[in-house]
Amino acid sequence: MPNFIMSYLDPKVAGTPGGAGNQFWALIYVLIIFAGVSTAVICMNWLERKALAHFQVRLGPMRVGPHGLLQPIADALKLMLKEDIIPAEADQFVFWVAPLIGLLAAFTVYTVIPFGPSQAVSDMNIGILFMLGVSSLGVLGIVVAGWASNSHYPLIGALRSSAQMVSYEVAMGLAVVSAILMTSMNASGTGTLSMIEIVRAQQQQGVWFIFKFFPLGFIAFAIFAIAMVAETNRAPFDLAEAESELTAGFHTEYSGLRWSLFMLAEYAAMIAVSSIAVTLWLGGWMRPFPNLLHAPAWDFIFSLFPGLTFGGLAAITFIGVVRMSAQSFFKIQRIGLAVFAALLGLLALVLLVIAIAGRSADTSVAARFREGIDYVYWFVLKVAVFMYLFIWYRATWPRYRFDQLMKIGWKVMLPISLGVLMLTAIVGVILS
Amino acid sequence: MSGYKDDSTNVSNGALSGPDRSHLDGFTPGLENPDKTYLDSNELIINMGPQHPATHGVLRVILKLDGEKVLGTECVIGYLHRGVEKIAENRTYTMFNPYVDRMDYCAAVSNGLGYCEAVEKLLNVEAPARAKYIRVILTELNRIASHQLWLGTHALDIGAMTPLFYTFRDREEILKIFEKYCGARLTTHAFRIGGCQYETYAGFEKDVKNFLTFFAPKIDEYETLLTTNRIWLERTRNVGVISAADAIALGVTGPVLRASGVKWDLRKAQPYAAYSDFDFEIPIGTNGDTYDRYLVRMEEMRQSMRIVEQAVNAIPEGPIMGKVPKVIKPPVGEIYHSIEAPKGELGYFIVSDGSTQPYRIRVRPPSFVNLQALDIMVRGLLVADVVAVIGTIDIVLGEVDR
Repeated sequence: MPNFIMSYLDPKVAGTPGGAGNQFWALIYVLIIFAGVSTAVICMNWLERKALAHFQVRLGPMRVGPHGLLQPIADALKLMLKEDIIPAEADQFVFWVAPLIGLLAAFTVYTVIPFGPSQAVSDMNIGILFMLGVSSLGVLGIVVAGWASNSHYPLIGALRSSAQMVSYEVAMGLAVVSAILMTSMNASGTGTLSMIEIVRAQQQQGVWFIFKFFPLGFIAFAIFAIAMVAETNRAPFDLAEAESELTAGFHTEYSGLRWSLFMLAEYAAMIAVSSIAVTLWLGGWMRPFPNLLHAPAWDFIFSLFPGLTFGGLAAITFIGVVRMSAQSFFKIQRIGLAVFAALLGLLALVLLVIAIAGRSADTSVAARFREGIDYVYWFVLKVAVFMYLFIWYRATWPRYRFDQLMKIGWKVMLPISLGVLMLTAIVGVILS
Repeated sequence: MSGYKDDSTNVSNGALSGPDRSHLDGFTPGLENPDKTYLDSNELIINMGPQHPATHGVLRVILKLDGEKVLGTECVIGYLHRGVEKIAENRTYTMFNPYVDRMDYCAAVSNGLGYCEAVEKLLNVEAPARAKYIRVILTELNRIASHQLWLGTHALDIGAMTPLFYTFRDREEILKIFEKYCGARLTTHAFRIGGCQYETYAGFEKDVKNFLTFFAPKIDEYETLLTTNRIWLERTRNVGVISAADAIALGVTGPVLRASGVKWDLRKAQPYAAYSDFDFEIPIGTNGDTYDRYLVRMEEMRQSMRIVEQAVNAIPEGPIMGKVPKVIKPPVGEIYHSIEAPKGELGYFIVSDGSTQPYRIRVRPPSFVNLQALDIMVRGLLVADVVAVIGTIDIVLGEVDR
């Protein structure tokens, strides 16, 4: 086997693919992440409709596939088959390129997101800076889309969006800085901007930054958690696409595939900002209590979680199969759901087998696999909590008005985040 | 079409105390002179509607904006005009009865009640007591249903999706009672001139009582989502304020007027049907803002429940139709009768020439009159407030355009 393939699998040379200079594995990771994020967006689409429906005493999609499982695929097909409309008065090229900018910005961010200590495309030493910079490029896509549409509603939506994103970026950046300050609480007193090192710093200091200097870490996290909702234009800050005011905001004139690219970008951006929050404050890929419950037995118990999660999902799906109406109309759906449950069960089985095979913390390939699965599992689980929160917000809250949004951004969040930053610095100096 | 300045002086001889309008001197609405406004780079003319998710049907509002700030509005109505009043002239009194349901289709029972009572007044007959009680029960249930619909759509306009589905879930129970009573859910045609056509079905009282016990906690559920919600408060407090004097000058009625602090409710002021028999409060607001209107309507739902409870417990036995001739042929004359519909004063002016068909029917729909207040309420606010105010006025375009 060529050396560049094996080098990464060799535990002695462990490192992030790009960071280790291994372009081959970096490319593989890019492909995996692109496919993974796209799949996650599809799942999120289904999940949002289902969860939102259940909040609202509805069933949600039920017709396309069992419990509407195939609905996102049907939607994607429909959107791809729709006529490609560019308004006659629109700036054709800019109109064409706008969704791509948003999509590009949203996906580029993933190059520095660490799903595990070596499960990342690259270990950039300015990771968080790069991330903030690229994710704020997303606003360009929205502004350009609103302008190119040459229509009033998209224009207002785009203006709202740019003002909103720019002003929330400030509070967001200050909150991030206070987390970065915390990384310097070590013997050498040097902090880091690398995403992987930020998680390692939490590991070394034995505390997630959300709990560090309580309540300072928590406040900074809360500010980030609010700002990231505004940053991604989600309810209750979804002014840029406020349906009841601006029909559809900046993408009013968009339809079909181009529109779906905007949606893809929005959901990818949601996952990306959630990943930043998880990395900075919630210990990234670390499982809960890595220091307290340190014994190998605990390691083993926690490594069973991925398998058990999928086992639980499979069980729920099987219950769905049993509870489905016996009418002949549902026969195919029942079979489909059973197959889906079987696939989930199989996945659970594989994960459990890997967890058991790699339970001894040696350097075998199985152990490497188990570790990798653990890291990705805990990371994704934490991100999933944020994604659920996004849906929950949307179901619960009314929408802020534009001036109120700006007021909160500049008059409330900015002073608080500045104060937290200064206090963190002071406390850090005193304690070090 | 006249300019705003002329309108304001016409309406109340310059007495309107609303937002400062001096900056609008010389401003003519966009329809008259669109080119001029397009050249002015600071101002934007936006067409909201007739196809827009938040204009409650086919209302078209032309907004003159400075950035997001509303400088002026102009309502263009008539997209749902069906000529209901003209149709009346070619129908007999009985034949016209179902048409009134199609005006405010969210409160069809109230429309029918107003029309039937107006014709009864013209004929000088009175509905029997039992019919009056049935009328009160159904009308108040319809008021609750109408307010539920208002709450859901109003919250949706402000961005809260979920209350809509809760209110629709509970409104369903009322519609089921209507369906069992007269076979229709929305355009009920529940009453006839002189009383009610249908006797209540077996179990009607039980159904109504069940609804009351079912619905009492549901209002609290709506309130937990909104009443103390910080965003809701910020979005509705001091938004769309209209003073009592302005409201009276513009002829605004219903919850919009009461939220401004005027205790005016035709059910108390000029009791009709059996309303004088019941004990209920008229909730009023103090500030006349969107939040007060919200509170007033929520309380009205509770008061309606009180009325229904009293009525269903005291419903008398007896006939349901008064002594009405087979062919309704009122004497020559004219009559104006108005009732308190969920949205405000619903009046019918009927001119009879002694034939079987009305010479002229003029409807005074509350939505149409209340809609006039939109402009004075949204001047100086932001675009987002326009949809909030349209929602809080609670218009039904079927009634505005007729």
